[in-house]
Amino acid sequence: MFGLNKKDSTLLLIVAGLVLLAPFLLNPFPEGSAMAQFNAGYPDLMQRFVIFGIFAIGFNILFGLTGYLSFGHAAFLGVGSYAAMWMFKLFGMNVLPALALSILMSGLFAVVIGYVSLRRSGIYFSILTLAFAMMSYALAYSVLAADMDGPDQQGLLQKGLTGGETGLQLTLDDPRILGQQTAGDGNLPVPSLFGLEMRSASELNVGDWVFTFSAGYYFSAIVMLLSFYLSIRIFRSPFGLVLRSIKSNQQRLSYTGMNPKPYMLAAFVISGMYAGLAGGLMAAMDPLAGPERMFWTASGEVVLMTILGGVGTLIGPVLGAGAIKYMENILSKINSDILHSWFAFLPDGLEDFVVTLIYPFIGKGWHLTLGIIFMLVVIFLPGGLVEGGQRIARAMRRKKQTASDDDTKAKQPAE
Amino acid sequence: MSKTNLTRRGVLKTGAVAGAGLALPTYLSAAGHEGFTNAPTGDTVTLGFNVPQTGPYADEGADELRAYELAVEHLNGGGDGGMLNTFSSKALQGNGILGKKVEYVTGDTQTKSDAARASAKSMIEKDGAVMITGGSSSGVAVAVQALCQEAGVIFMAGLTHSNDTTGKDKKANGFRHFFNSYMTGAALAPVLANNYGTDRKAYHLTADYNWGYTTEEAVRTSTEALGWETVGTVLTPLTQTDFSSYITPVLQSDADVLVLNHYGGNMVNSLTNAVQFGLRDRVANGKNFEIVVPLYSRLMAKGAGANVKGIFGSTNWHWSLQDEGSKAFVQSFGTKYGFPPSQAAHTCYVQAILYADAVERAGSFNPCAVGEALKDFEFDGMGNGPTLYRGEDHQCFKDVLVVKGKENPTSEFDLLEIVEITPVEQVTYDASIFGGDLGSCNPGA
Repeated sequence: MFGLNKKDSTLLLIVAGLVLLAPFLLNPFPEGSAMAQFNAGYPDLMQRFVIFGIFAIGFNILFGLTGYLSFGHAAFLGVGSYAAMWMFKLFGMNVLPALALSILMSGLFAVVIGYVSLRRSGIYFSILTLAFAMMSYALAYSVLAADMDGPDQQGLLQKGLTGGETGLQLTLDDPRILGQQTAGDGNLPVPSLFGLEMRSASELNVGDWVFTFSAGYYFSAIVMLLSFYLSIRIFRSPFGLVLRSIKSNQQRLSYTGMNPKPYMLAAFVISGMYAGLAGGLMAAMDPLAGPERMFWTASGEVVLMTILGGVGTLIGPVLGAGAIKYMENILSKINSDILHSWFAFLPDGLEDFVVTLIYPFIGKGWHLTLGIIFMLVVIFLPGGLVEGGQRIARAMRRKKQTASDDDTKAKQPAE
Repeated sequence: MSKTNLTRRGVLKTGAVAGAGLALPTYLSAAGHEGFTNAPTGDTVTLGFNVPQTGPYADEGADELRAYELAVEHLNGGGDGGMLNTFSSKALQGNGILGKKVEYVTGDTQTKSDAARASAKSMIEKDGAVMITGGSSSGVAVAVQALCQEAGVIFMAGLTHSNDTTGKDKKANGFRHFFNSYMTGAALAPVLANNYGTDRKAYHLTADYNWGYTTEEAVRTSTEALGWETVGTVLTPLTQTDFSSYITPVLQSDADVLVLNHYGGNMVNSLTNAVQFGLRDRVANGKNFEIVVPLYSRLMAKGAGANVKGIFGSTNWHWSLQDEGSKAFVQSFGTKYGFPPSQAAHTCYVQAILYADAVERAGSFNPCAVGEALKDFEFDGMGNGPTLYRGEDHQCFKDVLVVKGKENPTSEFDLLEIVEITPVEQVTYDASIFGGDLGSCNPGA
């Protein structure tokens, strides 16, 4: 299907199914129950799942295939966001031109940064990209946030190109070429796809369950499926094969007469454009672009996502992105009151003890939990969550199969 | 590569799924409502407390959360009622808001615009919060206020001191009780001129974000109007913890006053560095070198220890105030937590009570009705004397305190002494000077 082999089409279909049914799958607990705390099926988080999925898929094209660890990918995410915001401010509220400019701008940035950084490999490459990203952050945070249209004027550039720490926002007097300056009710217009507002949502009530279907989520989800499909094609293409050979032995590749540089630059730019697309989508879902998106922790996060899910696998980065965003948004919101209400059935002393035991790992301590899980995955499942899935699948199959069958022939599950 | 296999069964299956998908919207109940976002339906109402739990303002955030918990307790009729007893409006009965029990959810802003918006969004979309309040940074306040305007909920700003929150970036759904940089400048400059003379040369170190800029500008304008000269302004990153490299140039300049436009952990570190470099014992231009901290809080004074002695600044509220409202609040906060509240706690507590009172008076949770009730609302008994919530920019106008680090503190909390209570007339300004546009109130879906 679509030029994919059977295994890959199955994977694509599974991912499509999961993504389209996410509002149901992520809301397994009825509203008002104690477990509703763990529901993740609200638009903002679902959008984050797929948007960071795109970011991680793109990162994996560079890191998973060529083995070049970029530690500054968040710069492209930020560039994409700012580009989309300026498109909203100057051109119109339709998301498609905004996303187009995001991809274009981040691509241009990636060409420049990649051209310089790819002259080195290994740790030097990582440090160079990190340096570029932190430069972009400093520019966005401070240098480009200075008042550029004079202290006595209240013009378009009164907060500079980037808006500094607060971030770039829409205002009521943006000179938009297409579409109105303010919505009918005197408020800011909303990013939309030919009139379909990204923040519009409808709810489905089934018994105690409430499922929210958000236009923004489904739009991002479709973009994510397209990006996923493109990444499968890249993985399976001759171009992908060259990238893999760069990872396995770059010198040998050079000796066979191939120049790896253009391939690496192409991979870097493609993955930068993926990041730009993700950044543009973030701005389309929530029209504000802040400089923290370019900070090195954001770059580190995508590395974590990819490694947690499984480097070089197709689905791994998406899983990793989901896992990290889930913890960031759900675990971090559990506070000690909620814990106490969970363990209220225990005798008082024991309740306090259990709560004290768990407390450091939830709320603002979610980083600690993430760190522990990351360590466990790296030590015991070097292939990430995907390897965990494969091991489980193998174990299941082994049980089913009769002893006469040998395991070595067992097919690897889809990557 | 692969071939497309169309089987009869496959086509039927796909068709059925697609059909179900297309039919689905007709089953969707109109998300429900009385015409505004998150209208409370049961016998409870959920408020969202979005405060920094990590980052440079985590101390303030923790104190804000304590204040909110206390406010919820008082609104639900628990505790000793705190400021409800001294508040000039008597609409609140201690039975929740409009008879609905108050519940709350919390989030961490991390003092980052993105994170703050994400956590506010999850409180609105997932937990059904009908009002968002809190925050300890102007950048965050401006970002979250814009989000609340879009989402159609009320935003009651916590500690935010930048002019922009109710200036250029004001929004119809956003309200601020805290004072701002302009008021600081207007209140502080005359006191500085009286104490340090009118021919001073000032050097500014400014936190590199929204609040820093407007504070620097306000202090500069109002001191220059009284004859001071500004010889240098340098921006410092918000994440900076060591300010030594910024202090050395001060020694080389011909400045005789250092203005630290820093807050929270930033101010604690920069002031400590400045004192370590001997700035306070320095004599420049034949005068004693002085340090000024425009925005002060007790938590900062505590962090900086003995270094704050004799240093001037301004503050929104201080626990040693002797009016009935302040005494009642300090009493109930102290009973519950064992120490006096900070100004961040005070403004957050007051904002929660003011919101609840406005809902009660409006008779509805609809943001537009609440906004109407808060507009040009005059009240008293909340610790700052008679106060006006001005309708043009949703900013509170009240007296401003000029304080000084105490020379001989009697306890670990008694660190600031009130030098002057600047009357509200002196700090009132015309709403149009900062530009910006409120827009119109947005009740959301």
